[in-house]
Amino acid sequence: MAPLLVLGLALCLSGTWAVDKGNFKTCEQSAFCKRQRALKPGESPYRALLETMELTNTRLTLQLINDNNKVRLLLELYRLQGNITRVKINELKPLKPRYEVPDVLIREPTTEPLSVLSQDENGVVLSLGVESQRVIISARPFRLDIMEGSDVLMSLNSRGLLAFEHLRMQKVEDGMWEETFKSHTDSKPNGPSAVSLDFSLPGVEHVYGIPEHADTLRLKTTDNGDPYRLYNLDVFQYELYNPMALYGSVPVMVAHSAQRTTGIFWLNAAETWVDISSNTTVFGKMLDYVQGSSETPQTDVRWISESGIIDIFIMLGPTPKDVFSQYASLTGTQSFPPLASLGYHQCRWNYNDQEDVKSVDAGFDEHDIPYDFIWLDIEHTDGKRYFTWDPHKFATPKEMLQGLMDKKRKMVAIVDPHIKVDGNYKIHNEIRSRGFYVKNKDGGDYEGWCWPGSASYPDFTRADMRAWWASMFAYDQYEGTMENLYTWNDMNEPSVFNGPEVTMHKDATHGAWEHRDIHNLYGLYVQMATAEGLIQRSGGVERPFVLTRAFFAGSQRLGAVWTGDNAAEWGHLKISIPMCLSMGLVGISFCGADIGGFFKSPSTELLVRWYQAGAYQPFYRAHAHVDTPRREPWLFGPENTALIREAVRQRYTLLPYWYQLFYRAHVTGEPVMRPLWVEYPQDLATFALEDEYLIGRDLLVHPVVEEGARGVTAYLPGKDEVWFDVHTFQKHNGAQNLYIPVTMSSIPVFQRGGSIIPRKLRVRRSSTCMEHDPYTLYVALNLQRTADGELYIDDGHTFNYEKKEFIYRKLTFANKVLSSVNLAPDAKFTTDSWIERIIVLGASKPSKVTLKTADGQEKQLEFDFDASMSVLTVRKPGMNAGADWTMTFQ
Amino acid sequence: MSCQFLLLLLLSVGVSAVEVQRPRGVPLSKRQFYEEGKPFTCLDGSRTIPFDRVNDDYCDCQDGSDEPGTAACPNGSFHCTNAGFRPTFIPSSRINDGICDCCDTTDEYNSGATCQNTCRELGRKERESLQKMAEIAKEGFLLKQQLIHEANRGLEDKKAKLGDVQGSKKDLEAKVEALRTVKEAAEQPEREAKERHLKAWEDQKALIQKEKESARMAEVFLELDDDADGFVSVPELLSHSELDPDADGSFTEAEAQGLLGGVDKVDTAAFESIWSNVKEKYMSEVRHYTSFFFLINSKFHVKFILFNFGFGICFRNLEKEISFDFGPSSEFAYLYSQCYELTTSEYIYRLCPFNRVTQKPKFGGSETNLGSWGKWAGPEDSIYSVMKYEHGTGCWQGPSRSTTVKLTCGKETVVTSTSEPSRCEYLMEFTCPAICQEPPNLEISSHEHQEL
Repeated sequence: MAPLLVLGLALCLSGTWAVDKGNFKTCEQSAFCKRQRALKPGESPYRALLETMELTNTRLTLQLINDNNKVRLLLELYRLQGNITRVKINELKPLKPRYEVPDVLIREPTTEPLSVLSQDENGVVLSLGVESQRVIISARPFRLDIMEGSDVLMSLNSRGLLAFEHLRMQKVEDGMWEETFKSHTDSKPNGPSAVSLDFSLPGVEHVYGIPEHADTLRLKTTDNGDPYRLYNLDVFQYELYNPMALYGSVPVMVAHSAQRTTGIFWLNAAETWVDISSNTTVFGKMLDYVQGSSETPQTDVRWISESGIIDIFIMLGPTPKDVFSQYASLTGTQSFPPLASLGYHQCRWNYNDQEDVKSVDAGFDEHDIPYDFIWLDIEHTDGKRYFTWDPHKFATPKEMLQGLMDKKRKMVAIVDPHIKVDGNYKIHNEIRSRGFYVKNKDGGDYEGWCWPGSASYPDFTRADMRAWWASMFAYDQYEGTMENLYTWNDMNEPSVFNGPEVTMHKDATHGAWEHRDIHNLYGLYVQMATAEGLIQRSGGVERPFVLTRAFFAGSQRLGAVWTGDNAAEWGHLKISIPMCLSMGLVGISFCGADIGGFFKSPSTELLVRWYQAGAYQPFYRAHAHVDTPRREPWLFGPENTALIREAVRQRYTLLPYWYQLFYRAHVTGEPVMRPLWVEYPQDLATFALEDEYLIGRDLLVHPVVEEGARGVTAYLPGKDEVWFDVHTFQKHNGAQNLYIPVTMSSIPVFQRGGSIIPRKLRVRRSSTCMEHDPYTLYVALNLQRTADGELYIDDGHTFNYEKKEFIYRKLTFANKVLSSVNLAPDAKFTTDSWIERIIVLGASKPSKVTLKTADGQEKQLEFDFDASMSVLTVRKPGMNAGADWTMTFQ
Repeated sequence: MSCQFLLLLLLSVGVSAVEVQRPRGVPLSKRQFYEEGKPFTCLDGSRTIPFDRVNDDYCDCQDGSDEPGTAACPNGSFHCTNAGFRPTFIPSSRINDGICDCCDTTDEYNSGATCQNTCRELGRKERESLQKMAEIAKEGFLLKQQLIHEANRGLEDKKAKLGDVQGSKKDLEAKVEALRTVKEAAEQPEREAKERHLKAWEDQKALIQKEKESARMAEVFLELDDDADGFVSVPELLSHSELDPDADGSFTEAEAQGLLGGVDKVDTAAFESIWSNVKEKYMSEVRHYTSFFFLINSKFHVKFILFNFGFGICFRNLEKEISFDFGPSSEFAYLYSQCYELTTSEYIYRLCPFNRVTQKPKFGGSETNLGSWGKWAGPEDSIYSVMKYEHGTGCWQGPSRSTTVKLTCGKETVVTSTSEPSRCEYLMEFTCPAICQEPPNLEISSHEHQEL
């Protein structure tokens, strides 16, 4: 098998089971990064030409000049709605246009008025409209400071690292017009074009985001190593805890302190490196000690991109949730996934044939484990020709899909963007004849080596190409498909086995632009076209589900992301938490890691622990490499089957909660899986926590990620909070480190006192089978003996929620009354689901419980009270989940 | 005929089609626990509830026993009568989930799913397939008897042939043994001692021979003494069918006892006295192969080895064949030295039982070994239902290839399917008469039914 040969070769070269670092560039090996990093902080050569300033109601422009070479830049500054400042810097008169990233912002952002507060020869002070916020533009050297009152929130070019390599005619310095890495030469016909800018963040010690890296949640300083790299790459067997680039890139950094949360969105799709330094490194702290604590902590950040322009959005918070909504207002929110896609996914490279699919499906029934999706990897195709089926192994795909549909289950089949170069392959012929392929530097169709052998890559940056691609998902085009077949886009970095750094040559062209300019966007476009195809095939009715490996800012609008080809190692289970948390902070909530680990074979303990952890992460899919032994959940003995069954069932009972959190994420942009500091922004103890996290506001999860663990220490935040162990209902106080003994049976999960979480305890074969089932409400009381929560219900799979076809209710417990109130009185939807049980945690024993329904009727309800745990269970109140009601506990 | 058919049908499912009043989802066998109007005690005894809470769509009992007919309890089970087919239990989570699980449709009484009662059809199909399987089993079993007969004849032939070869072997035996001794001596830590031993050899030949004999006896004793309790017992002897005195294919306990001089077990001393009963026929699991390789390793008598090589191969093949476990009655012996092929869209698979499994691309390319004969690997109660072939060509990053061959009863001997459930772990379905079991006499039972 040729691809294996390629992989094998990579392995041989590395000689160990780890990434071959030699295949990927260090900053030193990336000419522009090396060049830019050679610039040290100092006085900037740039000067603002205040006399060129023009101010309209919403836009300020100003020229900058580099006193070394006299090249002029144009600075634009905008105040955007929602406390965002946009700064754009381009060449005033570039030789040819420089790339500005399209299709990432959901719309041209709404601007707000700017006004000049004062101006002299040294600079200009602009009002940002709210809360005494000002921008100070200093002229010599050029520098921007954003102030609030007397506090500097952020400074730009304060360290003088603004650099803008202007486009030029003739070839000059080495490495600027041609660059060679390993056996690949980049012709760089446009010469040097890098851009760079520094940001200072006074008062900030914690910065997050800029995924994707297999690294800690809190970003590290990079002074003693490479910067964090953002360049979508297919990294074979990636290593943990380093700043190397991975499959996706979101150039968004979130800065947090107890006082404020801010964000920087660097809108550039070229190869990008991010340097972070801090004055509170060990040395800095010692200084503090000597000098007293007068020095303010500060983090300095520097962004370097290979081409394009500087286009930055400074999101000024001040709260974490403000930053989320500010970023969402620019790039959109998480797509609202079909409910079923929040269930469990069973994947493997590969389920071999229809018989195999059938028997795995039957295995889930036999072992009574729910699942919603079974997946087909590349081997299902006819010779890696996507949109086709292997004529022998998958001869009657509709029959197979119907079989799954009969059980209310679904399938995902892979469609990768590399297209086999084969004159007998319809897709290839169409793309070629329409001229839709990416071109090589000489103008021919770009060809590289990937799974099918020789392959070309459609130019997904073209809207007409994307429209055509989307049309290929129509049922009459993509033969053998039905509405329960969904799609997976892999290898869309794009992966090119024989390309530089296993990706596309930077001098390949997409129309007027080089691949260099658009690289990090390619994967987003692939998913965009695919998701559009799934929407179109249903006539715009059904929500799509598309999983992608490569991503960029805005990918959250298109579907789910997973952390790529991880390994069956405890470290990889552990890193899945900060990796998904980092993505959530920059908008991508629908994140998961391959359960069990892709490469290698997990120990049974690791596999069980991963199922338990994955049950509490947004995207829950088991996947395995083709060379690993089978690992369907029932292959490890009845005891472990039972443990895995229990983990998956816990997931399914919580689906109502997951679903409403995704609805919230879709509406607000808040992450579903979030670091503790998002909810406890003043609690310094939470700032670097990455071994536990929150789902929404109300569930705290501490997965077990150590082999042979007997217990974990969980930090329960909030000095006024109480937390209830969801397995035992044991109550614990907040603001403490709690040691929790663990067995193999489960991982620690806590419900916050003050919350109400709806569950469906009747776990069935698939989420769709549970549609009409009743709810149990878990009411966890806080110290004030109150609680609140929400309940969201819709059809689970269409866009009809956009037409207000849903139920959205507020559940409140206060003054011994539990009530359900309509949060969306203009919305209409009916459900068969009812409330079968109320469980009140931290309750006292009532003498009677009375239910009052909207029609005025009252009835006494039966209840059980467990005095040892203070748990009250109300038996079968029976009201419809969409109705108004109150329940009084006397 | 149709009347008879119906009657047969009713009898065969063991219940009357007349519905006995009981709560939904309760099997007849538990009817007495659910008495209309009387308080119901959860079957685990945990609590008692009013009868109107049975099947009221709320789970009151920890064991789920109060909701046999609803999906309210996570651990409940629902009983489908399935008149016309087989009664069965399904998890109660499958009640009213919109999917028809019970062929009598009783699980979907309130979901809007339109289920067809397919029990009769399923019953008919099952009976047909059972009948077909019974026919196959019957014919297969007859074939198996023939195979056993042939196998025993073949075995006798081969044993006779082995006897001949052993005769010619005898002349060489002394030399072989001597060489072996030399070899062993040569492998003493002090290599220089080799020369001395060679000189002394002629003188000590007789002595060595004697020592060899007793050494071999001790070795055989140890090999026979499977449980290492210091005794060779009747059961331990029985595993060596080659010791069967009358070689009739059935080595009985009485015969084994006879070999042991009429006792159940012997210690080393007593074993010496019965050694002559055993030594000619006893075949070590290891001995003959190793002795041959000893020769190969020996550097002294190349010519002799070359001469001996052909002899060795022939001898070894025969012995190997006889030593295989061809099943309790040698019914699998006919598969030996045969090969069976299956051609798929990509490959030609070849199963050579007791030898190896291979795979060859259909359109050119070299053959890959998917495993050499390993062992019988079925579950305890049917060890001969699965063959395991191991240590095939290694896989990249993975283990060496292996194949599991599942045997099912059939008239033909044929490979019916192959698959690779995990990379480099192959699965082959193989039908042959040798695995057929004697079918229960269906004619009698159906006759009885008709009489009733």
